[in-house]
Amino acid sequence: MTRRKLVVVGNGMAGVRTLEEMLKLAPDMYDITVIGAEPHPNYNRILLSPVLSGDKALADIVLNGHEWYEEQGIRLLTGDPVVAIDRAARHVVTASGRREPYDRLLLATGSKPFMVPVPGVDLPGVMGFRDIADVEAMLATARSHRRAVVIGGGLLGLEAANGLHRNGMDVTVVHLLDSLMERQLDKPAAALLRYALEARGLRFLMEARTRAILGEDRVRAVQFEDGLEVEADLVVMAVGIRPNIELARAAGLHCERGIVVHDTLQTFDPGIYAVGECVQHRSTCYGLVAPLFEQARVCASHLAHVGHQRYEGSVTSTKLKVTGIDLFSAGEFNEGEGDETLVLQDPAQGVYKKLVIRDNRVKGAVLYGDTLDGSWYFQLLREGTDISGFRATLLFGRHDLGDAGHGDETRVAALPDDAEICGCNGVCKGEITTAIAAKGLFTLDDVRAHTKASSSCGSCTGLVEALLAATVGQGYDPAPSRKPLCKCTEHSHDDVIRTIREQELKTMAAVFDFMEWQTPDGCHACRPALNYYLLAAWPGEYVDDAQSRFINERAHGNIQKDGSYSVVPRFFGGLVKPDELRAIADVADKFQAREVKVTGGQRIDLFGIAKEDLPAVWADLGQAGLVSGHAYGKALRTCKTCVGSEWCRFGTQDSTGLGVRLEEMTWGSWMPHKFKMAVSGCPRNCAEATIKDFGVVCVDSGYELHIGGNGGIKVRTTDILCKVDTEEEVLEHCAAFIQLYREEAHYLERTAPWVERVGLAYVKQRVLEDAAGRAALVERFLHSQRHAQVDPWAERARGAAAGEFTPLRIAN
Amino acid sequence: MNDWIVIARLEDIPRLGSRTVVTDTLTIALFRTRDDRVFALRDSCPHRGGPLSQGIVHGTTVTCPLHNWQIDLASGQVLGPDEGCVHAYGVKVEEGLVHLSLTAHQSAA
Ligand code: SRM
Ligand SMILES: Cc1cc2nc3c(=O)[nH]c(=O)nc-3n(C[C@H](O)[C@H](O)[C@H](O)COP(=O)(O)OP(=O)(O)OC[C@H]3O[C@@H](n4cnc5c(N)ncnc54)[C@H](O)[C@@H]3O)c2cc1C
Ligand code: SF4
Ligand code: FES
Repeated sequence: MTRRKLVVVGNGMAGVRTLEEMLKLAPDMYDITVIGAEPHPNYNRILLSPVLSGDKALADIVLNGHEWYEEQGIRLLTGDPVVAIDRAARHVVTASGRREPYDRLLLATGSKPFMVPVPGVDLPGVMGFRDIADVEAMLATARSHRRAVVIGGGLLGLEAANGLHRNGMDVTVVHLLDSLMERQLDKPAAALLRYALEARGLRFLMEARTRAILGEDRVRAVQFEDGLEVEADLVVMAVGIRPNIELARAAGLHCERGIVVHDTLQTFDPGIYAVGECVQHRSTCYGLVAPLFEQARVCASHLAHVGHQRYEGSVTSTKLKVTGIDLFSAGEFNEGEGDETLVLQDPAQGVYKKLVIRDNRVKGAVLYGDTLDGSWYFQLLREGTDISGFRATLLFGRHDLGDAGHGDETRVAALPDDAEICGCNGVCKGEITTAIAAKGLFTLDDVRAHTKASSSCGSCTGLVEALLAATVGQGYDPAPSRKPLCKCTEHSHDDVIRTIREQELKTMAAVFDFMEWQTPDGCHACRPALNYYLLAAWPGEYVDDAQSRFINERAHGNIQKDGSYSVVPRFFGGLVKPDELRAIADVADKFQAREVKVTGGQRIDLFGIAKEDLPAVWADLGQAGLVSGHAYGKALRTCKTCVGSEWCRFGTQDSTGLGVRLEEMTWGSWMPHKFKMAVSGCPRNCAEATIKDFGVVCVDSGYELHIGGNGGIKVRTTDILCKVDTEEEVLEHCAAFIQLYREEAHYLERTAPWVERVGLAYVKQRVLEDAAGRAALVERFLHSQRHAQVDPWAERARGAAAGEFTPLRIAN
Repeated sequence: MNDWIVIARLEDIPRLGSRTVVTDTLTIALFRTRDDRVFALRDSCPHRGGPLSQGIVHGTTVTCPLHNWQIDLASGQVLGPDEGCVHAYGVKVEEGLVHLSLTAHQSAA
C-alpha cells in the first residue's frame, strides 16, 4: 500500500512540533515532506534572544538537526519557500519550481514582523527580529556600529534592546505609550522594569510616534512626529507581528487576520490543516508557543486519525527573558470594577506582586522580582480555584516561610503532581517525575528530550533541575552519572569507586591498568581522587601516595601565594589551654610567623612559615600536646562549639563537651572534601550548626542532628536527619553518616551537593532506617580511624618525608 | 663550557615528585618522571611565581599548585591554553647521580 503524502509548509516551532506529536501516534502513516523558507533545520526561535545577548550560541538552539529528519524518514527541503498551493491538483509549488503533491497539507508559516509603514522603512539597517538571519545581521551591525534604536517597548523589543546593549551598542527604546509592555504589565511593574533597564544603560523615549526613518544608502536617524531626531545605525522594528497568510489567501483559503481554522485545526479546505502563529482560532491569533503547542497536539491527533480532541483556545502567560530580570504576567492584570487586588511591594528587594481577585478566584497576576510562584498562580487562574481558604498567605506563594534557605528543591518537592512546571509545553510535575523514574533520566537534557519540559523558553530550568535532584535522589540506585572523571579516562567517579571495590584494586597502577587509563600517570585531577578512593576502600592496606596528593596535603600546611605555609593546630571543640597558647606564641616568635590570626573555625593560624621550618615548628607544637588541625586537607576540619550548659544561661546540654568528643572520634579522617561540624547548646545556634556538614543543635529533650549544610560559595542550610536522646547516639549517627559520605561521595563533592544528588531520603534510609547497616558503617569508620588517627605533624617532626622539606643546596 | 655539578642521587628525588635546589640567588626544581628521567626548571611559575616544585608531576608535565597551569618539564613551555615559559636547566643522570648545569640549556644536555 502506498503511503499517503503529508506536506508541511514552514519548518518552524509549531509545524515540527505537530510532526513530533503525530509520529508518536502514527509513525508509519505518511510520507512526510517539510518545506522551509529558512536555510536551517528546526530551531528554537524563542532562544534567539539569548543568542543575541550572547548567553547562548546558535548551535545550542537547534531543536531537531538534520539527523532527526533522516531518522524519522522525513524529507526536508530548506531555503526554498512555497509560492503557491494548487488545491485542485493537490500539490504545492516552491520558489525553485519544485512541485510536491500532497494528500494532506499542513500550513505552519508563522508570522512576520510588522514594519511600520513610514518613509525610509526599506533602508538598509532597518530590520525586524524574527529569525536567525535577523540575529546574524544585528550581531554583524553591532560589531561595526554603535547606535541602535528599537521601536517597540514590548516583550520582543526589550529583549532585542537588551541583547544589542549587551553587544556594546547604545540603545534607545522608542515606545508609543507611556508604559512598557502594557499588554502584560500594570503601571507599577512597568515602572520597576524600566528603572531596572535604565540602570543597565538602556535609554527610553516614551510616547513617541515615528514619522520617518532618515538616511541615504543606509539608515542614519529616526525622526518623530514632534520633530525630534535620534541618530541610529540600526533600527529594529518590534511593534508586533502579522500572521503569514499570503500563501493561504492566494490559494483561496478563508482568512481574516490569520488563516481561519476550526477546533480541529482544519482550514476551510478539509485536506488542509494549519497551526501556529499563522492561524486564527475563535477570533484569536496567538504569539506565544504554549498555545501553539496545544494546537499542535490536537492537530496531530487528527492527522493521525485518532482525533477526538478539540482545541478550545488558551489562556496565556508571559515571562521576559532578560537575564537578571524576573517578570511574570498572566490574565487580566488591570483590575476592573468590583475586582479586589492583593499587592505586595518591597522596593528595597525590587519585588512587586499583584493579584487580581474576582469572586474569590485569581483573574490575573503580575509578578516582578520574584516569579517562582508564577506557575502556581497561573494554575489557580486557569482552574478557577476558590482561594478563600488560603487568601491570607496567597501572596507569599505556595511555600511556607519556614522553608527559607532550603531552596527550590524543598519547594518543588512540596508541589502536587498536577502543578505545571513548564508553561511553554504544558508539562506538569507528575509527568516529569514519572519520566525520570521510569526512564532512568539523569540529566536536564534527558528530561528535555523525553518530556519537553524546559526545552522552549528555558525559564523553568531551575525548577526542572530541582525536580531532577529530588527525584533522582529518592529512587537513587547507584546508576552511574556518566561524566568521565577527567580527560585521562572515560570512566565516571561512580564507576571507579565501584570497580576499586569489586575488583579489589589496591594500587593506583592496578586501577590504571584494569580501567585502561589513557595516560601513564594520570593527571593532577584524577590522581588525588584515586588516591582518596583507594585509601577509603582499603584502610590500613593501601599505601598512601604522597605524589598524588595536592601540595597542601603533602606538606601538611596551606600553601600561600608567596610559597610559604600556614600552620593551624587543632583545638578540640574550640578549647585551648594556657600552656598551648604559650607554645603557640613561642613558635610564632621563634620562627617569625608574619601574622597570627584567629580563624573562622575557632583556632589560631600562624602565617608565613617557610616550608623548611615546618617540621621544627610542628615539633615544638607537638611538645605542648598540639596536633595538626588538618586545616589544609580534604579531611575532618573543625568541630565548632558554643559554651553550652556549662556557662550559658540558655544552654540545654554540654555542647562543648560533646563537640570535643565528636572531634576526638573523627579527627584525622580523610574525606572526599573538607568536612566541618558544630554543636550548638540551644536553638539560638551560636555555633552555626545549621550550615555545617554535620551539625548538632541541643534541645531540652535531646539532640537534633543536621546534615548537608555548607557556608562558603553556595550557602545551604542543613537538612534535619533526626533527633536522638543521648550523646552516644549522636556519636553513632555522626560516624555512620561520615562513613557513608566517605564511601559514596565523589572526590571534591561536599556533603551539601552530595545530599542533593543522592537525596535526603536515601541518606535517611541508610543511616536511620537500616539499623544493622548503620552499625556496619560505624564499624567501618572506626576501623579506618585506627589507621588514620596518626598525627602527620608528629611523624614529620620525627623525620618522615624529610626530602619534602629539605632543599638541596649549591653555593655559587 | 658547561659546569656540571653533581647535585643529588637519583633516589633523593621521589618518582613523579620533585626536590628543590637552592643557590644564593634562586631556587631550582628537579623533577623525576615515572621512567626516571630528571628535568630541572626554575622554581617559579610564569603565571604568578607559584613554586612548581610543589605541583603534581604526570608524564613530562607539572601542574602548578597555585592555579593549575601546566608546564612541560623538558622545554619549560606552558601548555595551552595558557602561555608562557620558564627557564629549563641542563640535567643528566649518570650512574645514579644527578648532574645539573646552571649554564647549559635543557636541550643542550
Ligand atoms: C584560615 C581560614 C580563614 C580565617 O582566617 O578564618 C580559611 C582559609 C582558607 N579557606 Fe576557608 N578558611 C577558614 C574558614 C572557612 C569557613 C568558616 C568555617 O569553617 O566555619 C568557611 C565557610 C564554611 C564552609 O566551609 O562551609 C570557609 C570556606 C571556604 C571555601 C568554600 C567551601 C565551599 O564549600 O563553598 C574554600 C574553597 C574550597 O575549599 O575549595 C575555602 C578555602 C580556603 C583556603 C584553604 C584557600 C586555599 O585553597 O588556599 C584558605 C587558606 C588560607 C591560607 O592561606 O591559609 N574556604 N572557610 C579559616 C580556617 C578555619 C580553620 O580553623 O580551619
Ligand atoms: C526573538 C523572539 C523571542 C520570543 N520569545 C518567546 C517567549 O519567550 N515565549 C514564547 O512563548 N514565545 C516567544 N516567541 C514567539 C515564538 O517564537 C513563536 O510563537 C513561535 O516560533 C511560532 O511558531 P510557528 O511555527 O507558528 O512560526 P515560526 O516558528 O516562525 O515558523 C514558521 C516558519 O515557516 C517558514 N515559512 C514561512 N512562510 C513559508 C513558505 N511560504 N514556505 C516555506 N516556509 C515558510 C518561516 O521561515 C519559519 O521558519 C519569541 C519569538 C521571537 C522572534
Ligand atoms: S575568604 Fe577567600 S581570601 Fe579569605 S581566606 Fe577564604 S579563600 Fe582566602
Ligand atoms: S602561579 Fe602557577 S598557575 Fe598561577
